[in-house]
Amino acid sequence: MSLEVLWFVLVAVLFIGFFFLEGFDFGVGMSTRLLARNKHEREQILTTIGPFWDANEVWLITAGGALFAAFPSWYATMFSGYYTLFVILLLALIIRGVGIEYSHHAKTDKTKNFWYWLFFIGSLVAPFSVGMLFTSLVRGMPIDAKMHLYGSFADFVNIYSLVGGLAVVLLSLVHGLTFIGLRTTGDIHERATSLLNKVYIVLFVGEVIFAVLTYFQTDLFDVRPVATPVLLGLTVVATVLGMLYANKGREGYAFTFSGLAVAFVVAMLFIGLFPRVMISSIDPAFNLTIHNAASGHYTLSVMTKVAFTLLPFVLGYQIWSYYVFRQRISPKK
Amino acid sequence: MDVLVLARIQYAITTIFHFFFVPLSISMIFLVAIFETMYVWKKKKIYLDMSLYWGKIFLISFAIGVVTGILQEFQFGMNWSEYSRFMGDVFGAPLAVEALLAFFMESTFIGIWMFGRNKLPKWTIALSAWLVALGTSLSALWILAANSFMQEPVGFKVENGKAILTSFTALLTNPQLLVEYPHTIFGALATGGFVIGGISTYNLLKKRNIEFFKKSFNYAMVVACVAGFGLIFSGHTQAQHLMKSQPMKMAASEALWEDSGDPAAWTLIGGIDTDKKENKWEVNIPYLLSYLAYSEFDGSVEGLKTLQAKYEKLYGDNINYIPPVKTVFWSFRIMAGFGGLMVLLSLIGLWFANRGTITNQKWFLRSMTGAIVLPFIANTTGWIMTEIGRQPWTVFGYYTTAQSVSPNVSKGQLLFSTISFSSAYVILTIIMIMMVARIAKEGPDALLKEKLDTKVDLMDKEAFEK
Repeated sequence: MSLEVLWFVLVAVLFIGFFFLEGFDFGVGMSTRLLARNKHEREQILTTIGPFWDANEVWLITAGGALFAAFPSWYATMFSGYYTLFVILLLALIIRGVGIEYSHHAKTDKTKNFWYWLFFIGSLVAPFSVGMLFTSLVRGMPIDAKMHLYGSFADFVNIYSLVGGLAVVLLSLVHGLTFIGLRTTGDIHERATSLLNKVYIVLFVGEVIFAVLTYFQTDLFDVRPVATPVLLGLTVVATVLGMLYANKGREGYAFTFSGLAVAFVVAMLFIGLFPRVMISSIDPAFNLTIHNAASGHYTLSVMTKVAFTLLPFVLGYQIWSYYVFRQRISPKK
Repeated sequence: MDVLVLARIQYAITTIFHFFFVPLSISMIFLVAIFETMYVWKKKKIYLDMSLYWGKIFLISFAIGVVTGILQEFQFGMNWSEYSRFMGDVFGAPLAVEALLAFFMESTFIGIWMFGRNKLPKWTIALSAWLVALGTSLSALWILAANSFMQEPVGFKVENGKAILTSFTALLTNPQLLVEYPHTIFGALATGGFVIGGISTYNLLKKRNIEFFKKSFNYAMVVACVAGFGLIFSGHTQAQHLMKSQPMKMAASEALWEDSGDPAAWTLIGGIDTDKKENKWEVNIPYLLSYLAYSEFDGSVEGLKTLQAKYEKLYGDNINYIPPVKTVFWSFRIMAGFGGLMVLLSLIGLWFANRGTITNQKWFLRSMTGAIVLPFIANTTGWIMTEIGRQPWTVFGYYTTAQSVSPNVSKGQLLFSTISFSSAYVILTIIMIMMVARIAKEGPDALLKEKLDTKVDLMDKEAFEK
């Protein structure tokens, strides 16, 4: 495996890690309005992600850093090309992070509520914009010979990217509700499951529409005639199993499968993209690929050594922190 | 205003705001880690209270530091795509390592430190605080490695119009990094020292929680004083290095249009005329510039006009290589002046603390509270001098700021982002200052009351027993 391929895989893994981990944070954020009924319940479900959410978001920052280091042109074209979307994403991440942290320091119910609202809005908008980003990316964008992306409104906002954004929101919500089921006791625990059943049904419909649109709007079925349908199928299977286990009260399995559903979708997008990193809708010759967008061999080899030295530690202490905070959160008396 | 100007304004605003919180976070968690260690060692409750109380300010600062930091990373690609393309091979690596090595560490252990107190032994909590402190300092190291490359490119070659890294070791042993990193860390430590110092004197003046704030003040002054002297020495070595690596920045920071005499006098203040390229008047201190530049009382320093002629030969004659002289000149003076004032105040503070008469010194207690702003202004002006002084380059000698900007981003988009980011930052900063002011006024008693109010903490052990 060449270093370019290895780093494409690593970038994909970092984004999958981000969607898996921050996905349930987003879902928990949405649940502060969709599930929780009062400030005690809000506090209860926020406590489930309190010690973790920041480290989960670092997966996105690391993915961004890895893009910059390993594929500078991918980073440059995507971040400047998707300008407005990134502004919205950043604003969402800003109000979200400040919202959850500052709610701890609020003195009155009114200010606490204000921070909760920011956290909710941020948790809704962020996954939607990331979903739009990745789906419109595989659909293809007007990238010219100089690797510059000049997109029109319809390149960013179209039926596929809107459904894609919604799909990521729904997947995150399902994943988050499952996480709440896994991490809480009491009334909210029961209601999480019943809300989960409703959202799962919407998600099924969404997945089917998404699969059909993927067929018509992208070349993923042509480029990967096996992997694309298989991964889409696996997503649906994971969703079904997630729902079944959630209803059986086997929350560990339910969470594994809701997470796998997220992972399968993201994996499908990255596999369909490979070896391209950005698709030009003007001319395939203008595609950014792992070859013309990558850093030099020396940088990639240094980065590989650093990454494989550090990753075991990073994974080790992150897993340990989940172990430390493994107990369920009960409602406040 | 064109896209370039807007992108620069946005970079200035977002970076200055971001760096408002970074030094505060670095130093607050360092002091908190010391308090946690003292708590493990001496087992006195006051150290735990100190850690919790000052830790609150750390958390408030850290939260904004994190979210404004994400923007910093994304901004290079969004506004400076051509810079990112040119520099990605060199610049991306330290950024990625920063995330992998530092961000994961600080974000994970901050969770352990915040929420783990009832689940883990005391020493683990202290260790977590130290790991967060280590993470914040490592984060600074990597981002400054990237910044140092922009000031003084090392360990690379230019191939097909792109900077290609040839030595990772050179990147990390960049002489600029070796002088820039200590100076930044000392500046950060002084910030926390003065924030804790100023809030403590405020409460001492009001005669509240005297024991608590006296103890806090003592720790803060030791840190501020050590950091102050560190700042002077590291600043001096940095200036000497600047003479060799970026003489143009040095000349601009002295508003030295013509070559100096030998020995060179230092201009304390002056009336700068950038159009006529001269100073209308100056107040000079003989010998001092020679000393600043070479640590000796002789030696002349090249002026801006000489350097412009030199650079025209080296890099082409169609560019003005002289950075905005007034900005660089005055930033340097504000930074150095406030730095000096901080050293003086921390020495006086230590003196009173040592004699135990601090509570009687009303004028001093008041000045220390006012002095909270000093490190923030000094940090900011220091960076303004460093970054504006490098203009017109982003990568000194290789890539200009004008070349760096994204060609595909429109004026409207930049206006939209600049306005939304700056308004968000202004609001957040105001809220943050109000929160810290409230904590300062309430003192540690409110913290204890809070603990009693929430007897069944959601993460407490008893909350899990049915």
